Amino acid sequence: MADTDFDIQYVANLARIALTPDEEAKLGHQLGDILGYVKKLEELDVTGVEPMAHAVPLANVLRADEVRPSIPQEAALANAPKQANGLFIVPKIVE
Amino acid sequence: MLHELTLSGLTAKLAAKEVSSREAMQACLDRIDAVDGQVNAFMSIDRDDALGQADAADAALAKGNTHAAQPLLGVPISLKDLFCAKGQPANCSSKILGNFLSPYDGTVVRKLRDAGAVLFGRLNMDEFAMGSSTENSAFGRSNNPWDLERVPGGSSGGCAAAVAAQECFGSIGTDTGGSIRQPAALCGCVGLKPTYGRVSRFGVVAFASSLDQVGPLTKDVRDSATLLGAMSGHDPHDSTSVPADVPDYVAELGGDLKGIKLGLPREFLIDGIDPEVRAAFDAAVKQCEALGAEIHEVSMPHTEYGVATYYIVATAEASANLARFDGIRYGDRVDGDDPFSLYCNTRGRGFGEEVKRRIILGTYVLSSGYYDAYYLRAQKARTLIKRDFEQAFETVDALITPTVPAPAFKAGEKMDDPLQMYLSDIFTISCNLAGTCGISLPCGFTSEPKLPIGLQFLGKPFGESQLLQIAHAYEQATPWHTERASL
Amino acid sequence: MEYETVIGLETHVQLKTKSKMFCGCVNLFGSEPNTNVCPVCLGMPGVLPVPNERAMQLTALAGYLLNCEVPGFAKFDRKNYFYPDASKDYQITQFDFPSTTTGHVDFEFGGGIERVRITRAHIEEDVGKSNHFAQHSGVDFNRAGVPLLEIVSEPDLRSADMAYEYLNALKEILIYGGISDCDMEKGMVRCDVNISVRPIGAEELGVKVEIKNMNTFSGMRRAINYEVPRQIETLESGGTLVQETRRWDDIAGITESMRTKEQAHDYRYFPEPDIMPLKPDEAWLTEVRSHIVELPLARKQRFVRDYGIPAQDADVFVGNVALGGFFEKAVEGAKNTKAIANWVINNLQARLIETGTTVDELKFEPAAIRELVGIIDAGTISSKGGQEVFAELFENGGSPVVIVESKGLAQVSESGELEKWCQDAIDSNPGPADDYRNGKENAINFLKGQVMKASRGKANPQVVGETLAKLLKG
Ligand SMILES: [Mg+2]
Ligand SMILES: [Zn+2]
Repeated sequence: MADTDFDIQYVANLARIALTPDEEAKLGHQLGDILGYVKKLEELDVTGVEPMAHAVPLANVLRADEVRPSIPQEAALANAPKQANGLFIVPKIVE
Repeated sequence: MLHELTLSGLTAKLAAKEVSSREAMQACLDRIDAVDGQVNAFMSIDRDDALGQADAADAALAKGNTHAAQPLLGVPISLKDLFCAKGQPANCSSKILGNFLSPYDGTVVRKLRDAGAVLFGRLNMDEFAMGSSTENSAFGRSNNPWDLERVPGGSSGGCAAAVAAQECFGSIGTDTGGSIRQPAALCGCVGLKPTYGRVSRFGVVAFASSLDQVGPLTKDVRDSATLLGAMSGHDPHDSTSVPADVPDYVAELGGDLKGIKLGLPREFLIDGIDPEVRAAFDAAVKQCEALGAEIHEVSMPHTEYGVATYYIVATAEASANLARFDGIRYGDRVDGDDPFSLYCNTRGRGFGEEVKRRIILGTYVLSSGYYDAYYLRAQKARTLIKRDFEQAFETVDALITPTVPAPAFKAGEKMDDPLQMYLSDIFTISCNLAGTCGISLPCGFTSEPKLPIGLQFLGKPFGESQLLQIAHAYEQATPWHTERASL
Repeated sequence: MEYETVIGLETHVQLKTKSKMFCGCVNLFGSEPNTNVCPVCLGMPGVLPVPNERAMQLTALAGYLLNCEVPGFAKFDRKNYFYPDASKDYQITQFDFPSTTTGHVDFEFGGGIERVRITRAHIEEDVGKSNHFAQHSGVDFNRAGVPLLEIVSEPDLRSADMAYEYLNALKEILIYGGISDCDMEKGMVRCDVNISVRPIGAEELGVKVEIKNMNTFSGMRRAINYEVPRQIETLESGGTLVQETRRWDDIAGITESMRTKEQAHDYRYFPEPDIMPLKPDEAWLTEVRSHIVELPLARKQRFVRDYGIPAQDADVFVGNVALGGFFEKAVEGAKNTKAIANWVINNLQARLIETGTTVDELKFEPAAIRELVGIIDAGTISSKGGQEVFAELFENGGSPVVIVESKGLAQVSESGELEKWCQDAIDSNPGPADDYRNGKENAINFLKGQVMKASRGKANPQVVGETLAKLLKG
């Protein structure tokens, strides 16, 4: 199975979580333990076993193409930490 | 005292006009004032709003509305802090949501309101439902009413503590890997996890979408049936909601265990179960037999893989579900020079340790190069675990197990050993992976200190009615559900 | 060394639905920012997506029109990435089991028919729109959750012009099928271009450069025409190419590397747990198939073959489906299909444009054009008279034969009256008459004109010419 010596900085970056050096050390250690434990699954023979994504076997759950009322702009923006001119304001996006 | 009534006891008195909903609501508020300083189940209460709803219920009762049509009319019920109700906060016991107020009502909230419930208060929980002790709350831990030094379990610890401390007539929680049943066991109340798809998840802040289910925590099984009936049913806003009929769970209670086949999963009776828990469980099995049940030993060979499977599937889903808490559309923002640093700062500061741990784990198991080894393998293990249940249910009607291997532990005891904490969910987790239903109810107490012990029945998919019948028959034959914590 | 260009396109097209992909908000362009939004498309806590059935039907239909397979199992997946315009910080899309796979598009290029293979066409949701200001950016989520069809081509395109024609063909197909309006102004078609070069004859693909988010076809063509020589020059001068994403700067006319401090991408696709899989059954697919339409290229080929009209005329009827439909009814049982095509294109289409009306609103039946051409060909009226008949037809409807009668537009061909007009013209114009007799053949045209004038256009010009010649020689 995969290497459990994982790069916590890299993964925390992917998850967009800033960690303090202390957190990095502590979480890194604990996650190492947890990954060591979940390696247990290696013992299982899963050949020919279908992966299961849903707990109930429904399919084709769709809605009719009908327009429903939206919410007012004030309500949409009411929780925004920063807003102006009807927009959610964020630091400049540089591509 | 009014607050000591069960939910059904209260509705009888409301129907008979012996008490008003306002009196019932006020009794809860008084009780909260008296004991919640010790229990810390409630994060906040909008008292005026609560009493206003109670008055409205009294007006409806005066107009002749009945409990036949609205089974919860006038009953104060409180909610775990992750249900969205219009204009109300839903902090999920996290700092990251800041002053968020929901712009909409979730389906469970709407259904409970339609059933006449007086919805009040926000109950403490493990942050984003991640935990088994309610210690992972950004707003301080809740305490077990039976022993304030001990945890109430989690993540619906506030729900269980509030019911056990008689601060409300029932509460609504969520169960992703045991988060209703485990705290119910630790606090000595009844906790039901319905079949996946039975209750809508629309308006419930998601932890792990394919595992989360909403369910009630109550003083007895009848109350559990009442609340389940009010919440169940197909919801077009939830694609995973199953269009199945909702039986009258309360009407179908009664009867004994004659002819009922109960499966005793060999793999659940592992070493390391607390001796008092084991003794209480063995006695409960005997009791069921005495009530007419046939006990069959069954094998669930993949039980030991449940925890590992769960922590991969649940954290993977959570890593995506919790991505939206990014400080842009709502919640507390910790600014940065660019969106990247804004995200990292906001999420680094806003999430607590356990949430960060699980998001990072979930991110890792999905990441390039590791997906097959972890996530895909766990999805296959999940299939095997579900098959265990299907095979067992070919021969038995329900499974009987302890809910938790040990009674409530002391606060702080497991905080630095997350793996040990995770392993304590071993009996509850596989039910979520299989998507079936389960219930925990009291089956005794430890001696010193006196702590509740939980008994778990696991039922067939959409077999809640039979599950409740079995639990009810056991409950009515035993004294445990009448015992209350002294506060 | 000679190089070959290899291009593949990922084209995103907005589907023509009333509501968004996973919520009931209206699918509409041009509203005030953040007004076509709800908790679902804003990614509020606790919300859940429910897929739009119409969008799924259009996806399957698009699959059929692109000659794809529509498998019996498909699912949705989450694509994880953080971006301010992604309201959930993941996009719901289809990863390993898309709704349609392995098709192709045939289109005209370089005087022949080319085929580009389609890898897949899958459904996904659009993101919001970022507006950039001096110090910050602002996000509008009106577009977030609008259903998109992502059409992925194989790397079968060999030049900028070929890519351009492929896109035009694709656009025409999608408009035809009612899949999308493909309105470029409204940003309904956007594509990512993958470009590489390799020595001619090489099997292996060169290093791929992706140019993201092109929203005009001509911009895409210019970008490719910049990028290909850049890659070749880099290789020729001994440099190496890196796999990267570049941005097209339309004003400067160059592509440039998008150097971001963005970490490496790892989208962590996994099955969307909030949405159940898709298992289209035969009844559902039969319904979808009932909406399959003739494709533009097939239509063009059929018009040329069956009606014997020039390719350019057929193009008009491919571009304007309603006009083509009118033409098909007009030519039923007719001999002179070319003349009918001319009338429909040159006269009818022109008048429709001038008056801003549509084919549906016409006051006459397609058969009237057939009748009109018939009486012109029979010499009953002149083509000038035909113009008058058409004007009346367009204005007030009716039948050409009746109009000719009521307006007295029938040509005069019998000798009596005609001979008199001719003799008068010769008598009043001795100069041109003598010129003709002295061998200046062209002089007869002047006399002809005089006769036509005297007859107010009703004289049959051919008969006039013959009569004049006879009288002058006699
Ligand atoms: Mg895409
Ligand atoms: Zn919406």
